[in-house]
Amino acid sequence: MLRFILSRLLQAVPVLLVVITVTFFLIHSVPGGPFSADRAVAPAVMKALNAQYKLDLPVWQQYTSYVGDLLTGDLGPSFKYPGRSVNEMIYAGLPNTVELGFYAMLVAVCIGVVAGVIAALKPNTKQDYIPMSLAMIGICMPSFLLGPLLVLVCGIWMDWLPVSGWGDIPGDKILPALTLGSAYAAYIARLSRGGMLEVMSQDYIRTARAKGLSEWVVVLKHGLRGGLIPVTAFLGPAFAGLLSGSFVVETIFQIPGLGRFYVQAAFNRDYTMIMGTTIFFSTAIIFFNLFSDVLATWLDPKLRQQFQGGK
Amino acid sequence: MTSAKEFDDEQGVSLWQDAWVRLQHNRLALLGMGVLIFMIVIALITPWIVPYSYEEQDLMLGAAPPSMAHWLGTDVLGRDMLTRVMYGGRVSLMVGFIATGVALLIGVVYGAVAGYVGGRVDAAMMRLVDILYALPFMIFIILLMVLFGRNMLLLFLAIGAVEWLTMARIVRGQVLSLRQQEFVEAAISIGLSPWTIIRRHIIPNTLGPVIVYTTLTIPSVMLLEAFLSFLGLGIQPPQSSWGLLISYGVETMEEYPWLLIYPGLTLSIALFALNFLGDGLRDALDPKASKD
Repeated sequence: MLRFILSRLLQAVPVLLVVITVTFFLIHSVPGGPFSADRAVAPAVMKALNAQYKLDLPVWQQYTSYVGDLLTGDLGPSFKYPGRSVNEMIYAGLPNTVELGFYAMLVAVCIGVVAGVIAALKPNTKQDYIPMSLAMIGICMPSFLLGPLLVLVCGIWMDWLPVSGWGDIPGDKILPALTLGSAYAAYIARLSRGGMLEVMSQDYIRTARAKGLSEWVVVLKHGLRGGLIPVTAFLGPAFAGLLSGSFVVETIFQIPGLGRFYVQAAFNRDYTMIMGTTIFFSTAIIFFNLFSDVLATWLDPKLRQQFQGGK
Repeated sequence: MTSAKEFDDEQGVSLWQDAWVRLQHNRLALLGMGVLIFMIVIALITPWIVPYSYEEQDLMLGAAPPSMAHWLGTDVLGRDMLTRVMYGGRVSLMVGFIATGVALLIGVVYGAVAGYVGGRVDAAMMRLVDILYALPFMIFIILLMVLFGRNMLLLFLAIGAVEWLTMARIVRGQVLSLRQQEFVEAAISIGLSPWTIIRRHIIPNTLGPVIVYTTLTIPSVMLLEAFLSFLGLGIQPPQSSWGLLISYGVETMEEYPWLLIYPGLTLSIALFALNFLGDGLRDALDPKASKD
């Protein structure tokens, strides 16, 4: 198991290096520096700016210096907001994004697993069709449509909930979390239904029933453990999806999180901020994937044995 | 030789017929197919059937709710929404199909070559896929669109380049098992070149899963395009797509909710249709894979 984790960690290194290199050279292959679009700046000022941001060096030297800084955890200064470093901005935005992602995941897992399990207990009945049709709606309703619709209905027409902001008014976190979480709730519902269906027809479930265990214990203790393996495998990609989903949701609901910063940086052509966030997001995604692989391996005895068997 | 060929043909046909029969029993999938065909036909003939021209403004009218003259209402500039949704559909569907086509082409060829050649080449090729898989592509697409301007060709390429990975994996898996089978050995023994074998014998046999996955890729590509257009990074005006219409609709949804609701509804229906059709095809063509 430890070997498995280590080997996956080692695999992550070249991936990250590719991310850093590709991003760096993509950005530097664009004609014109980040300041060339601004108002006419005196040549001396321009030169000083270029020197300050090391833009006067050859590209490969900029690259080595950037990677060098990166190893010490320094993502450099922001081009657009003088005096603020990319690190500062990430620290400022991250807690909001994490909080939003956490609530969204909570929504997704709670609703998704419950709906999926309920559907799987009586397949091909109303109890199956209704939650699964709702799940299909969740999949076909992208967050940039669902969010505004929720705002329109719950916020403006019914006036139940605040429509934007983050932590200013009680209840303003509900709509963003619902918007971001619903698509994943739908996927999780489908996966847990599929997993449960397969598990519930296995011999050991029959054995558990034959022992006279109550249906609750059979489902919750014996069924869920196997039935949720597909869900755990999905959690890694889901976290990655939550991050990109946060671009839209944070923009719609005006949440000062990383996703919104990224979109703004993209529009402002704030190159160091783009690079910093890209690297940050990539690292996070790679580690979430690793984490969910490890979790899936740990939950599935068959896979676990494979790795303990010295593979 | 002839009789063996006939036998093969019959087997091949019966697989598809079998799948068709199974698909016909799936009402949702048929409905999805019907809706999809309807949308494609409408998209193809849009320029000849639209009630108003695309840029025709009626500033006196302004944003009006749905009426007999304008079935889906008009936008702030008095442009007919039905016309705009129809033109938007052309772009959305086109992006969906072309980008999926790019993904299909790259994925199938790459996967087939990796699986057929095998050994170190396969290991190296699949390792590349693994690395690309781990890249956060959404971020890269945004980056590409920001850096190199927002042109459609780049959009097709960028989306297609993301979606081919899963296709390559699926095809490779299929090819690995196909390789072991007698008919491939037979083809090798009569001296066909590897490329001919891949083209004539391997790829046709992987069609089932490929069709299924293609059908499911189209909606995710359309979603991606809509997402980028929503952020202002995809399709640019004066061209229009459903995602772009939705993003305009959001700006004025308080006053003119129909500007958000109709494009949104259309996009959702299209995605619904494609997903149901894809699920149905998976059940019909690939009974083993239909777990959920």
